[in-house]
Formats: sequence, C-alpha cells, structure tokens
Amino acid sequence: MFRNQYDTDVTTWSPTGRLFQVEYAMEAVKQGSAAIGLRSRSHVVLACVNKAQSELSSHQKKIFKVDDHIGVAIAGLTADGRVLSRYMRSEAINHSFTYESPLPVGRLVVHLADKAQVCTQRSWKRPYGVGLLVGGLDESGAHLYYNCPSGNYFEYQAFAIGSRSQAAKTYLERRFESFGDSSREDLIKDAILAVRETLQGETLKSSLCTVSVLGVGEPFHFLDQETIQKVIDTFEKVPEDEAGEAGEAGEGEAEAAAAAAPAEQGGGGAGDQDVAPMEM
Amino acid sequence: MTKQHANWSPYDNNGGTCVAIAGSDYCVIAADTRMSTGYSILSRDYSKIHNCKADKAVLSSSGFQADVKALQKVLKSRHLVYQHQHNKQMSCPAMAQLLSNTLYFKRFFPYYAFNVLGGLDEEGKGCVFTYDAVGSYEKVGYSAQGSGSTLIMPFLDNQLKSPSPLLLPAQDAITPLSEPEAVDLVKTVFASATERDIYTGDKLEIMILKADGIRTEVMELRKTLSECWQHTLSIVLIRISTLGSLCYLELCLKFSCVVNRFSFSYL
Repeated sequence: MFRNQYDTDVTTWSPTGRLFQVEYAMEAVKQGSAAIGLRSRSHVVLACVNKAQSELSSHQKKIFKVDDHIGVAIAGLTADGRVLSRYMRSEAINHSFTYESPLPVGRLVVHLADKAQVCTQRSWKRPYGVGLLVGGLDESGAHLYYNCPSGNYFEYQAFAIGSRSQAAKTYLERRFESFGDSSREDLIKDAILAVRETLQGETLKSSLCTVSVLGVGEPFHFLDQETIQKVIDTFEKVPEDEAGEAGEAGEGEAEAAAAAAPAEQGGGGAGDQDVAPMEM
Repeated sequence: MTKQHANWSPYDNNGGTCVAIAGSDYCVIAADTRMSTGYSILSRDYSKIHNCKADKAVLSSSGFQADVKALQKVLKSRHLVYQHQHNKQMSCPAMAQLLSNTLYFKRFFPYYAFNVLGGLDEEGKGCVFTYDAVGSYEKVGYSAQGSGSTLIMPFLDNQLKSPSPLLLPAQDAITPLSEPEAVDLVKTVFASATERDIYTGDKLEIMILKADGIRTEVMELRKTLSECWQHTLSIVLIRISTLGSLCYLELCLKFSCVVNRFSFSYL
C-alpha cells in the first residue's frame, strides 16, 4: 500500500472504510522473525526462529510462559510483545487467585483482543505492533489462537506468522488434518519441520530455533537444545558437525554416517560421545 | 459516659499451634489439625501448613484461618510473579522478607495470622523464621506460634537453646539434633500441649524438608479429654445397628455428632 492522506491518524477512516494505521501495524508483524504454532487434541507446540541482531548479541526471547497451561509466541515489535506477555501473566494470576482455577484460554484472548482494540480507537495511542500466537490447554481441550494488532483473534489448528511464514503455512496446510490425532513427538517434529521451511535453504540447527510444549499432564516448558537436535537428526541427512558440507559426495558420506550412527547408539554411548558431545 | 465498643469483630481465633525446628540440613514444620471457634470444633482435619513451592519454603500459620487462607493466596500469587520476572523460584530468605512485607502492608487492618516459615536457605541449611501479626520477623533455630505456643516454647528453649549469646564466638542458630530426634521432639511437644490446651489436638501434621524432597507424617493426637468415651459410643452404635433398629441408630448418630463438636473440655 502507498502513503495517502488518511494514514496519519489511527482515528481517521479512509473513504474506502479502512484504518490504515491498523493495517500498517499488521505490516510490523510481518517484519518480525517467524513464529509457528500447532496443536493436537492434547498438546500445543510453539516454535520460533532465533534471529540475533548481530553475531555479537544474543537472540531475542519470542516465546513466553504465561502460566503452566498457556504459552505465547510473538512476532513483530518484541517490546510490545513483552508488555502484552506481562499483561497476560497478571490476568492469569488474578484469575487463578479469584477462581482458584486456571484461566481458560478463550477468555485470555478476548481480554487481549479488547486491549488491542482500545489502541485502535484512541487518538493518543498507537496499535500494538505485535502478533501473538497464544497456545493453551483448558477444560475444553487444546487451543491455538492468533491475536492481531487490529483487535481480531482467530482460532487455528496450526499457524505461522512473521517473515517467510508463508513457506511454513504451505507446509502446515498440507499436513494440518493429521495434527488432531498426532502424538506429542510427531507434533514437535512437524513444528521443527515448519521452522525449517521458513529458513529456506539455511541449514537447520538446534541453536537456530526455540521450541516449547504444553499439554495434558505436561506444564508449559521449553525443550532443551539436545532434545531439539535429536529430532532434527531424525530427518536431517547431514549430521551436525558436517553441517555446511552439501553436495553429492557429501551426501554419500552422510548416508553412511547416518547408517553408522544407529549402530553406534545401539552399541553404547561411548562412541557417540566422541562424535557429538551434545548427545547423551 | 464510657466509650462505646464494637459489638462485632472482623476477627475470630480458630486456635491451633504451629512449631518449626531448623537443623543442619533439614527443617521440620509441624501443626495440629484442629480448627475451633469459641468452645466448639469446626474441623478435626484442617491443615494449617502451606507449601510455598518456593525451593523448599513451608509456611505454617495459626490464628484466624480466613486471614491465613487469604495470606497464603497472596503469597502464592506473588511467588508466581517473582518466577516470571526472575526465571527461578524464590529462596527461603526471600520468601521470609516477602511475607514480612505482605504482613506490614496491612499494618492498619492486620492479617490475624501467627506465622512460622520454615525451609532450607541457599546453602542448604535449615532456617526458621518467626513472625508476629504485622510482619516483625527474626531468623531463629526453632519457634512455636499459636494457642499452645506458651506451653511449647519454654520446653523447646530448655531442649534446644544454645548457650547465652554473650558467649563468644556466637553460637549458630542451628540445632545440633539429628532429623529423627527433631521429629520425635516435635511429637512429644505436641502430645504434651494437647493435654493442657483445648485448642490443640486431633491430628499432628509434620513436614520434613530436606534437600532431596519433602516428607509428610501424620500422627494422631488426643481428640477429647476421655478418648475411651468416643470409642465406647462407636461400639454401642455398631451393636445397635446389628439389632436393626434404624431410627434409634439415627438418633444415636446425631447425638454422637453433637458430642463430637461440643465442649470438648467437658467430655
């Protein structure tokens, strides 16, 4: 969209009935690095790509724990996301305090949406520039919602937001029908595969992605690097220490290495420890 | 013209006693399970102990249980906020300070709660913090609060008090007792307190905190002055039921329920 005379104020309508500032806020979401969410009947997995500003800095935190049964992944202005996470946490704590029961996810997203809407109708405010993928478990099952800066929210079986999220969405569209009955492990694998789609060619390493899981009998928690690496190894032909060596010759070697690895693992951990110190 | 006093009080005392003893690598927190009001019993099985889940910190409070419940909920919420902000659980000394601040926050309409906080500090040594109703607290080696505290505290002093603090070097506030000895002491102390304090009795709940986890023990305490009276009544009821006399049984059951709740000092 191009600049026009109706886009200065969030409280100014365009003649075609659009609020441009709100739409520009949605653009901010597309600038952030990818965040992916998927759910089965009993679990929700949130994954995101860790992109650091420079080689010297650490990557930004994009997935937050809201409560034992709710997590949120953000894309866009991370500062706005952090503030909204704090709001969600306090909502969850207050609900828990008053009703002695966990906050239903559907209620939380409505609160969030109403909060976002306020910013679209005040001349002294601006819309939040962050998209939130809220995943949670309550009495009615596992849920995944997407909250827009516009104040809209939608429920999804699987979704991806942020830059190059279309690739992940295409992958998820092919597979989403099976997610409902997926096991926890398959769901995690699909999430990491979706993250790989957004990287578009870049080798997938466990240091590049953050994955979190929550589900029935499993409070929200992050998966550690080793667990993620193990899942990556199940589908990545190239082992971690040979990363970057693409090509036919490399592939032949890699296949032999992949065949040898299970044999090594069967024989005991000693050999493994020399090859990949992260493997336990 | 004498001053008019309120004919209604927002507070009530539900009785009960709480004790905690700190050891070199353990902490024992105990409380009875009787909840009373006036001369009546409200419950024989009400827990006064709250696990803060804060890296081994356990709070035991006697006094007005509604305020105790509210205090426990506030602490729980505040602990959650801490965890979100610091990405770790609160240590016992941190929880001790938080409790003190929370109590003082209501300095002019206090929580009627007499607290003992027990746990392991950052070095793994046992620590006990004792409070008054408005948050004044102190780290000690052992403490008792509640209706039986005046009976128990002198005895604990006799058994556990380190020699005068005037003796240099200053003695540690940790008891030299081993964990089984401390648990035994607690059981002894409660058995004695139950004999003379009408608000203490029924069951004793003991939580033993160690680095590897928390263990709970429950011990029966005296329910009434004459325990056998209750026992006799239950036998009589069984005999009657076998005769098949249902309405008489009902009456007896009702009576025994009343007996259970009534003036336990007279039975």
